[in-house]
Amino acid sequence: MRVARRLILTGNDATAEAMRQIAPDVVTCFPITPQTELMHKFAEHVADGDVDTELVLVESEHSAMSAAVGAAAAGARAMTATAANGLALMWEIVYIAASYRLPIVMPVVNRALSGPINIHCDHSDTMGCRDTGWIQLYSENAQEAYDNTIQALRIAEHPDVLLPVMVTFDGFILSHTAEILEGLEDAEVKDWIGTYEAKYSILNTDDPVTMGPLDLQDYYFEHKRQQVEGMRHAPAVIRDIGRAYGELSGRSYDLFEAYRLEDAEFAVVALGSTCGTTKVVVDELREQGTKAGLLKIRSFRPFPEAEIAEALGNAKAIGVLDRSISFGAPGGPVHKEIKAALYGTGREIGIVNYIYGLGGRDMSVNDIKTAFAGLEKVAREGTPDDNIRFLGLRGEGGV
Amino acid sequence: MPQMTEIRWHARGGQGAKTGSLLLAQAAAMEGKYSQGFPDYGPERMGAPMRGFTRISDEPIRLHCAISEPEMVVVLDDTLLSMVDVVSGTPVDGGLIVVNTLKSGADVRRELKLEGRKIFTIDATGIAINEIGRPIPNAPMLGALIKVSGLLSLDTVKDQLTKKFSHGFKPEVLEGNLRAIQRAYEEVVAE
Repeated sequence: MRVARRLILTGNDATAEAMRQIAPDVVTCFPITPQTELMHKFAEHVADGDVDTELVLVESEHSAMSAAVGAAAAGARAMTATAANGLALMWEIVYIAASYRLPIVMPVVNRALSGPINIHCDHSDTMGCRDTGWIQLYSENAQEAYDNTIQALRIAEHPDVLLPVMVTFDGFILSHTAEILEGLEDAEVKDWIGTYEAKYSILNTDDPVTMGPLDLQDYYFEHKRQQVEGMRHAPAVIRDIGRAYGELSGRSYDLFEAYRLEDAEFAVVALGSTCGTTKVVVDELREQGTKAGLLKIRSFRPFPEAEIAEALGNAKAIGVLDRSISFGAPGGPVHKEIKAALYGTGREIGIVNYIYGLGGRDMSVNDIKTAFAGLEKVAREGTPDDNIRFLGLRGEGGV
Repeated sequence: MPQMTEIRWHARGGQGAKTGSLLLAQAAAMEGKYSQGFPDYGPERMGAPMRGFTRISDEPIRLHCAISEPEMVVVLDDTLLSMVDVVSGTPVDGGLIVVNTLKSGADVRRELKLEGRKIFTIDATGIAINEIGRPIPNAPMLGALIKVSGLLSLDTVKDQLTKKFSHGFKPEVLEGNLRAIQRAYEEVVAE
């Protein structure tokens, strides 16, 4: 039996460790809180000679993503990392990376977008780019940030997919918390991810290709349709790779995790670090005889709607937790997806949306209990008029 | 001991509560326990009140929220006693409060108007100035906490500190910190 390498690392350091073991050809680097320590640590690995990556220091996030696109287009394994306003600044090129079908992997340390200026966690940064064509994997803890980063390489590079992957984890709550995780050996990671041969490289003069030319009314639409196809293949690939990773590490991954959900009457849907706290609450409620459960979304893009609808099948009421706002829309991004997934299933399940934790507002055990407590009335009476609620907010609209 | 112990650190920015909370978690990991250490980041201003958190458990820790009901509180600056509700959520029966101060435990109790709990005091700043040459009380406060809580062995904490100071620090810095931990371990007094 393999002996696990037991580590205590912050989410940032755990992800830097995964990157060291992956040893990408190129990493492009621009700092932004709370991602800064991740790149500090990775740069330290490079400076210490522990990894032979070409570290490209750039002058902005727009350049960080542009340089990653250039490297990946040349056939390199390319990575970068960012957060919040940094992600916003690279926006234009984020779309381009996906449309060129470049398997770039990018950890994003979730942080609120300005303004007002706030460096703490919420999901408004990555939720804002849910339609960029990137795969998005959310992480519950440092272990998952590490594991997802390694798996993301193989998902992105899979010939049926060829799409970039964002691995997200909560700013400060995970990025700056030291906790226990198990690391793989360097050789295990190296063997498992294998070598990467880009199918197309702009530097291959024997088989010349063009990337990013003008593509107007004639073919743009068809190319977009092909991106859809890559994303359509992604769920099966993510699942297969999650299973293979389980054989390697003892930790299997799926598109989502159903925690005590099978017979749950009251289900909470969430993603990110709050899922761990929610599991503690679910256990406590179960001990008191309440049939509570959690559906933890790992893959938000692609969103496995049919499987999620089925997994929520026995719930009498659902509370969807959103750590971001979709202004003017009927609820947060996760809430809308869950409602859409249940549409047409013929089941009338009461659903409420809890917007929580914006700008790093603590999501306590008691807050999650409040969310569950609110579901009992919803189960009896169906979706209420006030179905968009603000959990942990002071003043009007807060619960 | 309960399955999980939660410790909250109160300090001012620059006094080393972040390092203290993480170091304690790292030392617990060395003893094979599960642990978390994290600060409550605000704007990183020297002198501003801040908090650090440590969880230590025999089981994997799933909680990812601040600690509101700690069994133990470590106060690195006694000017916070009148400003911040440092004892908030601590159990009346058995809660441990360790304060860096020249005041007596009885004085601290009067100032906090506190019932129950166990109060311990130590001049950690004085020890830090004498042994490390800087008024950063986190290392001696770790020594005091270890003594009164029995959470971990003192040797583990010293080993972890040695590991931390083995890169990029002069040997005197490590030696001073180790002496400070040892002294606080010996000199902390119960009310």
